[in-house]
Amino acid sequence: MTSVNREKIASAVLIVGVFVLWEVACLLFGISDLVLPRPSQVIVTLWERWPALMPHAVQTLYTTLLGFALGVSAGVLIGLLIGSSRLAYNVAFPLLVGFSSIPKVAVVPIFVLWFGSGTVPAVLTSMIISVFPVVVNMATGLATTEPELEDVLRTLKASKRDILLNVGLPRAMPYFFASLKVAVTLSFVGTVISETVASNRGVGNMMLLASSNFNVPLVFAGLFILAGLGVALYVGFSLIERRVTGWANRKTDFAAG
Amino acid sequence: MFLKNSTPAETIALTTPAEPVKPGAVYPVIEFERVTVRYGKDAGATQALAESSFHIDKGDFIALVGPSGCGKSTILKLVGGLIQASDGHVFVARREVGAADVRIGMAFQNPTLLPWLNIRDNVMLPLKIARPFRDEWRSKRKGEYRDRADALLESVGLRDFGEKYPWQLSGGMQQRASLCRALIHDPTLLLLDEPFGALDQFTREELWATLQALWMERRPTVLLVTHDLRESAFLANRIMVMSARPGRILMDERVDFARPRTLETTYQPEFTSLTQSLRNLIVAARGGMAGHP
Repeated sequence: MTSVNREKIASAVLIVGVFVLWEVACLLFGISDLVLPRPSQVIVTLWERWPALMPHAVQTLYTTLLGFALGVSAGVLIGLLIGSSRLAYNVAFPLLVGFSSIPKVAVVPIFVLWFGSGTVPAVLTSMIISVFPVVVNMATGLATTEPELEDVLRTLKASKRDILLNVGLPRAMPYFFASLKVAVTLSFVGTVISETVASNRGVGNMMLLASSNFNVPLVFAGLFILAGLGVALYVGFSLIERRVTGWANRKTDFAAG
Repeated sequence: MFLKNSTPAETIALTTPAEPVKPGAVYPVIEFERVTVRYGKDAGATQALAESSFHIDKGDFIALVGPSGCGKSTILKLVGGLIQASDGHVFVARREVGAADVRIGMAFQNPTLLPWLNIRDNVMLPLKIARPFRDEWRSKRKGEYRDRADALLESVGLRDFGEKYPWQLSGGMQQRASLCRALIHDPTLLLLDEPFGALDQFTREELWATLQALWMERRPTVLLVTHDLRESAFLANRIMVMSARPGRILMDERVDFARPRTLETTYQPEFTSLTQSLRNLIVAARGGMAGHP
């Protein structure tokens, strides 16, 4: 218990330390805030401009979560289809790898072309970027289910649906949550890229405008917001993950609770 | 009735279910008609089971013994509907496997407990899946079904482990839990694939008695695959000895020691001479691996 606490304290100290180091380095070397603003400047900007920043943050969060939700839903469905049969898995996997290796940034102009600028391309980019990790992990989780575990159900005359619900899905859950944590971070990337290219709202757009005005502390304020949102969602999913798939990590506190 | 004492010529006609099962009538619950099983295809195929025909009566206790890799587990998997015969027919309760209206309980060589469920939920799994229990799963899983699982766990010495997860238990304890899972839905056909293999001698002998008591009370048809000749002679009414791969049945013998058998039984000269003759047969079968087909 104490060793876990010690690790947590060490992590916090490291985070604070990085910021302090950054602050001190800026002061020491006299770095202009046009190049690299000090963290204290960024935080002050964040505080002073919050009423104007908040709508952007809300827009980005909303777009990301919508895209993420769509992406995960689509990913789970496709993953189920591909993962539930070995044939489908082997046949579809090369195509999937091909798709997932396309840099998703490159499709933003296409979405803008199709749907105009604004929220829609941002949601779509966020969606498409978060689909693939989910598909690949769901499919792998299902396809690697031990046949012995399925046999247990098959002797009980279980239907395909029973097997999926009672063995396939629970077995795939650790894979699914691992992919969620990747997907939610990527999802932010997608939104921000799209907002930067074609939108008049959102943190990405705000940062673009701020940088064209050489308001570098404001640009960094945007970064801080993105980091904060990203971390919050990551932590959220980690907490759910620990509750749902603790069995896979053999956590002693999971067994007790 | 051609069902009893049927000759091969008559039973070949049995490709479709013949007459309906009469309640109370003794009929073979398992029928193998010239069953062959090959794994793999064409040239690379290994034959696991050579053309085998036999019948097993309802309520009988069969032990399958033989050298390892001789197709004992293959027979269990055929009956459980997990694999299909390459040639021939397997009937369970006079229907093709799968269509049969028989509740099957199966315990595998490995405990195969689901790691995301605690021990009690693992044991209750068949009640969630198998008919007719699944229809009442929602209303009974916190009451009757749960009590049933706990009672069964207690009978194998796992009373305090219902809340634990499989990985928190030793191999032998997991195996006992897996045995509970095979029994909880009161199966009429019990398929046991070396269920006591991972247990120590004392636990094993205790569980023999438990299994015998259970069989005498509920009279399921039991098919037990085992390496332990004393186990087969202690538990079974009928022992089938199989040859080395491709497996075929070398000897089919009834065991008539009075029930309930006790550990005393195992020290009687008849018992010892039975296990000894089984042993000689299997040693010969292993030695004959290269020479005879």
